[in-house]
Amino acid sequence: MSERGECPAGAPSRDGHVLRPEPPERAGGARGPRASERAERERRPGRPGAAVRAEPVLRVSDLDVTFGSGTGAVRAVRGVSYEVRPGEVLGIVGESGSGKSVTSLAVMGLLPPHARVTGSVRLTGHEILGAPEKTLAAFRGKTISMVFQDPLSALTPVYRVGDQIAEAVRIHRRVSGEQAARRAVDLLDLVGIPDPARRARAFPHEFSGGMRQRVMIAMAIANDPDVIICDEPTTALDVTIQAQVLEVLKRARRETGAAIVMITHDLGVVAGIADRVLVMYAGRAVEVGPVDEVYYRSRMPYTLGLLGSIPRLDVGGRRPLVPIGGNPPSPAALPPGCPFEPRCPMAVPRCAEAEPPLEEVDAPGHLAACVRAGEIEAGGSPPARVQRAETGGRTAGPAAAPERPARPARDGREVVLAVKDLVKHHPLMKGTLFRRRVGTVRAVDGVSFDVREGETLGLVGESGCGKTTALMEILELARPQGGTITVLGRDTSALGARERMAVRRDMQVVFQDPLASLDPRMTVYDILAEPLRTHGTGDPGPRIRDLLRLVGLDPGHAARYPQDFSGGQRQRVGIARALALEPRLVVLDEPVSALDVSIQAGVINLLEGLKSRLGLSYLFVAHDLAVVRHIADRVAVMYLGRIAETGPVDRVYDSPAHPYTRALLSAIPLPDPERERARRRVLLEGDLPSPADPPSGCRFRTRCPLFKTLDESGRRRCADEEPQVRPFGEDHGVSCHFAERLNVV
Amino acid sequence: MATDSGRMTAKGGAMAGFLLRRLLNCLVLVVVATSLAYLLAASALNPRSNYEGRNPPIPPAVVDARLTELNLNDRVPLFERYLTWGRDVLRGDFGKTVAGEPVGDDLGRRAGVTLRLITVGLVLGSLAGVLVGACAAVRQYGTFDRLSTGASFAVLAVPTVVLANILIIAAVSFNELVGAQVLLVSGETTPGLEGGFPARLVDRLQHLILPTLSLSLGLIAVYSRYQRNMMLDVLGADFVRTALAKGLRRRTALARHALRTALIPAVTYFAFTFGALLVGTTFTEKIFGWHGMGEWLVDSISTNDVNTVAAISCFAAFAVLVASLASDLLHAALDPRVRVG
Repeated sequence: MSERGECPAGAPSRDGHVLRPEPPERAGGARGPRASERAERERRPGRPGAAVRAEPVLRVSDLDVTFGSGTGAVRAVRGVSYEVRPGEVLGIVGESGSGKSVTSLAVMGLLPPHARVTGSVRLTGHEILGAPEKTLAAFRGKTISMVFQDPLSALTPVYRVGDQIAEAVRIHRRVSGEQAARRAVDLLDLVGIPDPARRARAFPHEFSGGMRQRVMIAMAIANDPDVIICDEPTTALDVTIQAQVLEVLKRARRETGAAIVMITHDLGVVAGIADRVLVMYAGRAVEVGPVDEVYYRSRMPYTLGLLGSIPRLDVGGRRPLVPIGGNPPSPAALPPGCPFEPRCPMAVPRCAEAEPPLEEVDAPGHLAACVRAGEIEAGGSPPARVQRAETGGRTAGPAAAPERPARPARDGREVVLAVKDLVKHHPLMKGTLFRRRVGTVRAVDGVSFDVREGETLGLVGESGCGKTTALMEILELARPQGGTITVLGRDTSALGARERMAVRRDMQVVFQDPLASLDPRMTVYDILAEPLRTHGTGDPGPRIRDLLRLVGLDPGHAARYPQDFSGGQRQRVGIARALALEPRLVVLDEPVSALDVSIQAGVINLLEGLKSRLGLSYLFVAHDLAVVRHIADRVAVMYLGRIAETGPVDRVYDSPAHPYTRALLSAIPLPDPERERARRRVLLEGDLPSPADPPSGCRFRTRCPLFKTLDESGRRRCADEEPQVRPFGEDHGVSCHFAERLNVV
Repeated sequence: MATDSGRMTAKGGAMAGFLLRRLLNCLVLVVVATSLAYLLAASALNPRSNYEGRNPPIPPAVVDARLTELNLNDRVPLFERYLTWGRDVLRGDFGKTVAGEPVGDDLGRRAGVTLRLITVGLVLGSLAGVLVGACAAVRQYGTFDRLSTGASFAVLAVPTVVLANILIIAAVSFNELVGAQVLLVSGETTPGLEGGFPARLVDRLQHLILPTLSLSLGLIAVYSRYQRNMMLDVLGADFVRTALAKGLRRRTALARHALRTALIPAVTYFAFTFGALLVGTTFTEKIFGWHGMGEWLVDSISTNDVNTVAAISCFAAFAVLVASLASDLLHAALDPRVRVG
């Protein structure tokens, strides 16, 4: 995709973007012959083909942001430069703390007054950095607009949605209130809000997260801006909603021809939507280039590391993840030289001397800040190659491939956890002023699954599907409202206090938020000693040292407090605590979702290693299907309190039979630009129905793409008869009347 | 639209039902509070002492008869007196004062005086307080913030008595300076004032200025602290950033989005203050010679006037509960998250 690449300012391309050899991946490319594609691009204004010639609408150069002063000064952004042209999508990726959000807020002039910003931000030729508020306000919302991360808090709660959009229109245009209101309804229609005229009169709290994000987009495009900055616009949303919102963003770009700066930590989202990518690390751009260049011919070890550390939804079998060792540096205490040097598997002494500048590598428009960028293969080094180099380097150890041990067939192994027809209903109370019971939330409504010895069951689904409720019911070890839970052969409804204590010993839990689940006033030693003392072990000292070594922490750190550790290390402490009593079953509630990808990989590898070494069984609750594919043997997909599909991971992921599983899998973006562009998404309509009022019959039918293709009698069956999980080949169950196999990933 | 209006009616019905239940609760609370107040007053106060030590001494039989007539005789069992009183109250009769006049007559007049006293002070005080608090929050740790914080704490630390007397001294010296009686320090009106409506209005205003100042200074102090905290909570909110990103100037964004949202708690608090002040301005009334509810309560306790104390307590309970109901309704009116559940 070299023709997409623009040259950075002041570095005009020498070969003029022509006669570049076709990259090998493009041969027989996913989007048809190149010539027609190019022609199509040029027909559509605002597409990258045209963008090459257009002037950049936003040019950021040498942007520096410093918080505080003197010795305590924190340089959050250090010399970031980028530009976007009309219709172009620039993805800015990086982990938390890399300065990507601060960069965008600085561009908008929305940083708090105590932040010092230097450099230059030119918007359609005007310098806006340090411009007076009046000038800035005239640009904001008109020429440059922004979509924020958290749609729940980004709208003023006391005004109607339509009024808030109309306000955005009226700030910049002299129109009557009525015209502005009509424009607001049109915009709501454009971003796909059903019944926009009525919904415009609703208040933000009446909208779901995805709907509110649509409203934010409507507000952002209200005045046909030239640049839209999206700061993690889909991070707070479920995958199927994320897919919808990304579609809306693409439509918004088509309608306005605006350039989009897409800030995200999700390499999959960037792969699908961006034309160019800028990778940030420790407040700096470390690699910039056309998306295919950066993904397939990365030149910066950090980018390679990021790509190697994400679990892939589309790769079956077990390829061990390659975590990046160490932790991102604190912006207050950057290492001398290259900030990535302490974590870099390819570091040489030269790296620690000076920070390498961002320099063009051989492809035009592709820049990397690495002294060894030239060595990292001129002409296509697949991430896997450097990964091998890396595993041989300092990140080896716990990352070493956990061989899948040969073990008896599933039927021959003991059932450690069996859940049958589990039911959990909550009363639904409503209103602050009119507090009353208005119904029942059917959080878990008849769910069955089992976990056998030595295997991992991934329980997946979107928020509100009941997976966490199911897990909490299991942990309670009490008689459930309905159904039975059998842990290690004991029915929980028949347990006495003493037996319950004994079962607790064998079933431990790891929580999602490692900071919240560790007592900040206890040292790691006390945290680990607590379960041991509770269950009457003598001197916990030796065991604690073993545990810390087991999870890859230094036993000498036992006297430290949780806040002295990084997120990944804290989660390791949480895992060590769960393992203290040598349990047989470990229940994990989103154990890696609070961690950055480079850290996440290490924890996943640790969990896999521990499982095979200690013969553990896991119940792994997660919303990230890629992580589950990587770690689980079997998977159960939940939707609205019911199991939609269950079976061995490879079978469910490769040939999902339930339309919901299919939609869910197709909604997850892959960190692979070629495949991502070629994929056809199954977009679900609307939001998850309320679990207080699930649809009759099949709960998924209101959003089901398959339902729409059925004839009258088929539809009636879906509406009247609730499908039960029925066997669909060996160890594979699907609760759909019309299930069939299809490939989606 | 048909379903929409149907839902509206259903919502309206639910709202009416809720209000009814809420009113019933309030009524029970008023009954309990008033009964307790009556029982406490009747057992603690001793109206008989009003007739003792007279010269010539009043014959005990006459005193007894008089006390029985007023339902104040401590020789009648307390519970019996309570029942008699309760029966009368149900008929709308709060009994008689120790002087033998109907309590009900005074109640209306006194409540009117207090209302005239507090309305302006309350509105002025809360408005100014909200403004001061909002401005202080917008420039947190700025000069204005520091000054207003210091001033609020000073006012809060000074008892009303002292504050009111300082005001009087200041007013007197102001009058001397100007050489005219601009600020009047006692009573609601000048007795025996000649002149038409404009003259009487000016006279009333002259009397009103000082007590209003004394009331509102305290309220400004309280409200500014309260509003400052509320405002600080929303200043960093994402929706204010959204408003700025839309292209609103900072001042407009703060007023339209931040202040509007931060006002909700202050408005509900306003209703409560109103209820509490109806019988709670004792010092101001006493010092400035306004014959309102607060003054009456103190006077009736000192004259062992059981029926009056009970009537005032009933009024106070009623006022507070109506205020809490009003604050709930205001909250619902201002906050769509409550209104549109």
